[in-house]
Amino acid sequence: MPTMKTLIGARVTRVEDPRLVRGLGSYVDDIQLPRMLHAAFVRSQHAAGRVRAIDAARALVVPGVVAAFTYEDMRGEVGRTPIVFPPQQDAPRPLLADGVVVHVGQPLAVVIAEDRYAARDGALAVEVDIEPLPAVVDMEAALAPGAPRVHAALPDNVCFRAVSDNPRTDELFRAAAGTVKLRLVNQRVAPVSMEGRAVLAQWDDGAQKLTVWTSTQMPHGVKQQLAINLGIPETRIRAIAPDVGGGFGAKIPAYSEDFVLGWVTRRLARPVKWSETRAENLLATTHGRAHVEYVEAAYTADGEVTGLRLRTVADVGAFASFVGAMVPNETPMMVCGCYNIQAVSSELVEVYTNTMQVEAYRGAGRPEAAYIIERVMDAVAAALGRDPVEVRRRNFIPSDAFPYTTPTGAAYDSGNYPIALDRACELFDYAGARRAQAQARGEGRLVGIGVASFTEVCAFGPSALALPGMRSGFWESAHVRVEPTGSATVMTGTSPHGQGGVTTFAQIVGDILGLPLEDVVVLHSDTDVVTHGVGTFGSRALAVGGSAVKMAADRVLGKARRIAAHLLEVHERDLEFADGMFSAVGGGPRITFREVAMAAHVWNRPVPNEDPGLEAVARFDPAGFTFPFATQICQVEVDPDTGQIEIQRYVSVDDVGHVINPLLVDGQRLGGIVQGLGQAWVEEIRYDEGGQLVTGSLMDYAVPRASMFPRFELDTTVTPTPLNPLGAKGVGELGTIGAAPCLVNAVLDALRPLGVTQLDMPLKPERVWQAIAAAPGAPR
Amino acid sequence: MIPAEFDYQAPRSLADALGLLRATPGAKVLSGGMSLLPALKQRLLELPLLVDLGRVPGLDGIARRGERFVLGARATHAAIGISPVLEGLTLVAEAAHEIGDLQVRNLGTIGGSLVHADPAADWPAVFLALDGDARVVGSQGERTVPAARFFTGMLSTAVGPDEVVTEITLAARAGRVGSAYVKMRQPASGFAVVGVAAIVLLDARGRCEHIALGVTGINAVPFRASSAERKLTGTPLADADVASACAAIEEADPLGDLFASAPYRRHLLSVYARRAIARARERAAR
Repeated sequence: MPTMKTLIGARVTRVEDPRLVRGLGSYVDDIQLPRMLHAAFVRSQHAAGRVRAIDAARALVVPGVVAAFTYEDMRGEVGRTPIVFPPQQDAPRPLLADGVVVHVGQPLAVVIAEDRYAARDGALAVEVDIEPLPAVVDMEAALAPGAPRVHAALPDNVCFRAVSDNPRTDELFRAAAGTVKLRLVNQRVAPVSMEGRAVLAQWDDGAQKLTVWTSTQMPHGVKQQLAINLGIPETRIRAIAPDVGGGFGAKIPAYSEDFVLGWVTRRLARPVKWSETRAENLLATTHGRAHVEYVEAAYTADGEVTGLRLRTVADVGAFASFVGAMVPNETPMMVCGCYNIQAVSSELVEVYTNTMQVEAYRGAGRPEAAYIIERVMDAVAAALGRDPVEVRRRNFIPSDAFPYTTPTGAAYDSGNYPIALDRACELFDYAGARRAQAQARGEGRLVGIGVASFTEVCAFGPSALALPGMRSGFWESAHVRVEPTGSATVMTGTSPHGQGGVTTFAQIVGDILGLPLEDVVVLHSDTDVVTHGVGTFGSRALAVGGSAVKMAADRVLGKARRIAAHLLEVHERDLEFADGMFSAVGGGPRITFREVAMAAHVWNRPVPNEDPGLEAVARFDPAGFTFPFATQICQVEVDPDTGQIEIQRYVSVDDVGHVINPLLVDGQRLGGIVQGLGQAWVEEIRYDEGGQLVTGSLMDYAVPRASMFPRFELDTTVTPTPLNPLGAKGVGELGTIGAAPCLVNAVLDALRPLGVTQLDMPLKPERVWQAIAAAPGAPR
Repeated sequence: MIPAEFDYQAPRSLADALGLLRATPGAKVLSGGMSLLPALKQRLLELPLLVDLGRVPGLDGIARRGERFVLGARATHAAIGISPVLEGLTLVAEAAHEIGDLQVRNLGTIGGSLVHADPAADWPAVFLALDGDARVVGSQGERTVPAARFFTGMLSTAVGPDEVVTEITLAARAGRVGSAYVKMRQPASGFAVVGVAAIVLLDARGRCEHIALGVTGINAVPFRASSAERKLTGTPLADADVASACAAIEEADPLGDLFASAPYRRHLLSVYARRAIARARERAAR
């Protein structure tokens, strides 16, 4: 095992895994408490309707049912489901339906029972009388005059609108050699974390304290939201995220179910647990994407894309979710991607529909942006008969232009886009692949090569942009405490849930303090253990949380150095630290870090102007966002008879700044790419016109599987960020953001000889086959 | 995913299993449960009793008996897929390996799958193409149901509620024989959007002496593409003849769903039938 100064940058296997792969993890559903009750929710079968009556008492006839509650029981004692980005036309979501239902799956009542079987039977016994009302499911139909209104109190279905008109854009369009125009659907998808949502709430009536175990990405946020919603002081709330099996954005918000259980446990003075079923996960856990974009690009004869006009219509679902109204704003902001575009005019319209809420989902607004601009770049290349790589290179923001602010206001920290593109082309043998493609086309085969070069926003974020409803800025805390024997405990405010943060943070601290990995323990996700935190989302954990960890470890080392200097009776300046040992420069007295740790605690040789003990707290508030970048290239072959796609090669060269653990970065890239390809290829949440979810199980909703993909060929370039002490940018979402346009561009490239110019995701075989059949050059 | 209450029995003899089924109207046989248990968990189905055949001995053998292969109804997809007894019957191994995923193949059984009669399951195509028989045991005694009369509708078969399928037999053919199972997988469920099982027997001159095409995933009930078989029997299986026969399979009455419309399924049938025949012919000629 690598130790000490070799830990940062080492391909260390995850310290989390021996527990998890042996089944020794503990997820919310694994936790059993004495006298624990179980909850089941009664959910709306109607997409829109007036609730005439809910006879919850019917549940009580089922043996084992203890109680059943509707919104009437908690009215006045609970708040709305929280949001931290209030839209212009706000529609508060009650914890349980309050007189009306606005989407299928909306909770109407909760049934509490001695076991989950009785709870489910009780929920099915509840009688609900709903007068159906017309529903609107399609986001563009919802904007049409006369469309059914999702919320009667609002004048129309617009949730939020942001317009940015730049007169310069019109000038660029007038001067353009040509323009391309696309309508792009970025379909609604489900995050489908392996572990669904789950919550266990326990009110301790003696201590007057609420403890909530919940499967979340931000336990400190859940604590604050519980305090706000239930009116309990935050000093009397403890939120714990035990092992969490993935979130992908859907576990950023606290949901109705979290608050309802917090209320129920207080009412009944018994612990209550709820674990969603997979059907509930697809029906009532937030979805992602759900945009329609209209984009127009102006370009010069030379292939320079000069201006963009963008209209984004974003479906927020029946209510704005926690950050659901904010996320689509990332799309116009990031639409310039890696390119030196002079002006952008944009309109964003967020729309209410009678569907489940749309929330952040791996990439959150940036995949949509990358999809737009990468489809545009290929359309421009096709219009000019140029190679898509050449067009991208032509448009890149010059490497000497950083820091660079886009016309949409995104402040890029650093970048060097050609190096990733060049390395990707080299790895792919791009020129050779194009020659082979020409030959395959000569044989009538539909072989395509797709490229996506992209950047994205990480390290959420500078607290100057704080959302007040979160009750915290985006700064992150870390606490490093060294025990007398010299081993270290690290407390981070981030909330790792699959990323490997425990390993990464141990590497940072072990590296700085000269400790082997096994001597560093990382604690997180318990608000009584970690005093402050924000959580893990937006590819922020390492760049923000890890930076705080590094600062705290540096402070500990500084103090250890002062103590060592005192003990060795040499000046601090004359001490060097290597291999866990302080020694006077040029030989002389030495003392190990472990001996210093013991001395710091025993304190029988007190150090003037120092406190006893060896620990430090640090807080890091980033000065700005970080912008990692990448180029992905893939090759596909399309079966002309069936429309099926085979991905034959896939290269990704990513630049995430300094890397702490290349193995974990690879893991994030593989998972990220596959998640993006899943959307491009197979995934789609579909409601019928009446608002019934028709992809309500994993028999209908496809997720990507390993067998669908070739071996991914990965490499990295390194362009550090100047904005944090690690120089690390973030990698959690990067792969996802570029993968969808990479695959769609490849399939369009394959079909280009036939004259196919437009395809929407997912690239289901029937859709591809129809495009082939309808193409001007279709084989007859 | 929480089922309603039901009873569970795991009898140790077939007679006991039949007794339980007879005594409890609405009871169902559990033989793998890869479709039955999800249906129960989603409450698409509620029933009083599950009779698990897992402890009844002698139901999972795989053997050759004269001109027939005999598969115990409880033989798992995985066991069938690797059975040396079935070596040479390529389509059986190909179909077995196309079913669900590893866990499903390790637990699911051929008898359970056939009796469930999912219109997109893989075994029905093989069962039809290989002129299969099911041995059905009930309180009235034993009977043999040929594949052609086995499937009576979507999710329904000729097997009565108090009967148990104990074994499946498949025709073993000698000579210049080749077979194949080709399938488009629904990416979510793994079931067949279309699946075609083909077996081809060539005579000494290379002409098609016998051809059988079992089709799943298309109609509400799996079927034999007899119209195409008739056109192709006695021919040298020239590409053009195969293509035209496969383009006009009269028995096709495709269902459409979210993943594949009826017209697309009809088109896929012509493609997959052609590919299955081509592969089987190539193997027969080898």
